[in-house]
Amino acid sequence: MIRRMLAVAVKELLQLRRDRRTMLALLAMPVVLLLIYGFALSFDVRDIRLAVVDQSRTRASREVVEAFLKSGYFVRIADLDEPRPLDGLFDRGTAQAALVIPAGFGADVAGRRLTTLQFVLDGSDSQTASTVLGYARQIVVSESSRLYEVKLRPPVVARPLVWYNPDLDSTIFLVPGLVAFILMVSSVIATALAVVREKERGTMESLRATPLVALELLVGKTLPYLLVASVAATGSLTLAWGLFDVPIRGSIVWLALITVLFLAGGLGWGMFLSSLADTQQVAFQLGLLSSMLPTLLLSGFIFPISSMPRALQLISHIVPARYFISALREIVLKGVGPEVWWNDALALVAFGAVVLVLATVQTVRSL
Amino acid sequence: MSATAPAAAVGPAVVRASALTRSFGDFVAVDRVSFEVARGEVFGFLGSNGAGKTTTIRILCGLLAPTSGSASVAGFDVATQSAHIKERIGYMSQRFSLYSDLTVDENLRFWAGAYRLWGRELDARLRWAREVAELERRRRTLVRELPGGYRQRLALACCLLHEPPVVFLDEPTGGVDPEARRRFWDLIDDLSAAGTTVFVTTHSMDEAERCHRVALMHAGRLLALDTPPRLKAGFAAGTVLEVGCALAARALPRLEGLPGVVNAALFGDRLHAVVDDPARRRGIETALAEAGFAPVTVTPIAPSLEDVFIRAIREASREGVA
Repeated sequence: MIRRMLAVAVKELLQLRRDRRTMLALLAMPVVLLLIYGFALSFDVRDIRLAVVDQSRTRASREVVEAFLKSGYFVRIADLDEPRPLDGLFDRGTAQAALVIPAGFGADVAGRRLTTLQFVLDGSDSQTASTVLGYARQIVVSESSRLYEVKLRPPVVARPLVWYNPDLDSTIFLVPGLVAFILMVSSVIATALAVVREKERGTMESLRATPLVALELLVGKTLPYLLVASVAATGSLTLAWGLFDVPIRGSIVWLALITVLFLAGGLGWGMFLSSLADTQQVAFQLGLLSSMLPTLLLSGFIFPISSMPRALQLISHIVPARYFISALREIVLKGVGPEVWWNDALALVAFGAVVLVLATVQTVRSL
Repeated sequence: MSATAPAAAVGPAVVRASALTRSFGDFVAVDRVSFEVARGEVFGFLGSNGAGKTTTIRILCGLLAPTSGSASVAGFDVATQSAHIKERIGYMSQRFSLYSDLTVDENLRFWAGAYRLWGRELDARLRWAREVAELERRRRTLVRELPGGYRQRLALACCLLHEPPVVFLDEPTGGVDPEARRRFWDLIDDLSAAGTTVFVTTHSMDEAERCHRVALMHAGRLLALDTPPRLKAGFAAGTVLEVGCALAARALPRLEGLPGVVNAALFGDRLHAVVDDPARRRGIETALAEAGFAPVTVTPIAPSLEDVFIRAIREASREGVA
């Protein structure tokens, strides 16, 4: 059994070694994708394009504008005397926000009277808009107490202490998910082509006439890909740590264990698809579709599972990336051991086992 | 009907089929086929594409379950003991069974691994295989760079690594030049002499002539089964005529309609006619010349397997109509 499995593994590895294109795709793609998406993907809102309409033109109004710009969240893209051109700026998307300071502002501040500023916001992207609104409120509150020289001291103060990611940097939260996403897609695609290729070339027929059984064939074929995918995973995680400053606080051993479990599941799923499909084309598309969408949408990578509708939450239980991302964040960001994420590891083992059984049954049936 | 009567082999049967049937939906690919193949026999399965040859082989190799009837290979039942059969057979499928992106040695080692060969036995079998395939000097050549004839020999060597008592070859010499084909058949003779049973399908009459016994298959049915000389002896002396004339293709319907002509067929630019009496020769000559196909020559010839085959198919379709 072991000997036949090894024969298949050696053969597959030799073929893979000669197939430069596949090899390159398996090794380089994850790193390239991580580079591209790692920089593009962030929830942090910076450099909001702000149009300023200062009709007061006083020291007080200039100080407010200055406060906005110094915060680091805003850049001034227009300085207007009247609010009319704002329509055009918002329509074209040139401005994301506008600060309108009415003519009487300076006088009101000088006279210690109640006054108002207008903050206009493009709400079409609600996520960004609510973040920007929060920044603006904070700036205005601190400016008003400074301008009116009042010491605001509310009786109860909540002093926030953010653990694991004190700057609330979304990159550190997102990159582990991104690594999971990329590894899932590349591992599924890798094996999705492995069995169907033999069907297309006609070698499957000969394999079936040997004493080789489906399980030996599938496991033997998976092993070399597990090796290559592990190399790609090491590269991706190193990049996440070195370039995106994702801390690796937990044990490398646990990290390796959970990654291999996850990869085995992805490769197994690819094997199942490969035994199902009749052409490499179909296998490729099935692989892409079934790995990309669930991993992107239902894994907690971007959208928190806890805020999903009940039905989707249930479905997310069969998405292996869900468990990997959760365990990865725990190992990498929190530095905790298996006493915390053992159930994630168990779920990955279960996924791998179920998928292997499915692939074996399907291969036997297509014999 | 003769096709369903078991045709006994000489000596103990290694392959045995009894009323073997396989249908795909309404289509009956193999229809109540029975035969026995003896140890060391070269058994030819002759028939056109779609006659059911490959389906029969796949059933015998345990790759496809029979719909009804039964078959055994090396003493094991194909429907229930296919795992045992797979240990004891070699199968060279119609489509190529080698990995073109692996070298000669890598292919040999992989197939040896699939049969769990190792150690000293492995080394000995690898040496044997390289010698048989005549590839001792090209061990590190990628299979895709080998000429077709060598690939065929290597494929055969691969499925013989574990020294199976039975080997199934499904149209093994397709797309190979005549010289390589002849040498491949020399190899088959050697195997047979060493006691290996060779079950081979072909649609080449030349190859069929080299088999010990030939089974004629058509539309899923076994039409005839015997040694090539005995199959050909089914014709009375002088009843197979070769007709040379102008516009042979157009003369064929005319020839078929002449009195005493049992059947006729086109062979290249000539016609073959089977007649009920050698004396019909003169009549054919004059009739065709009068019909404007002169010059006409009619000569009695020794029947070929193809004549046997054509007559068998004609008779079978007549029976089907009746």
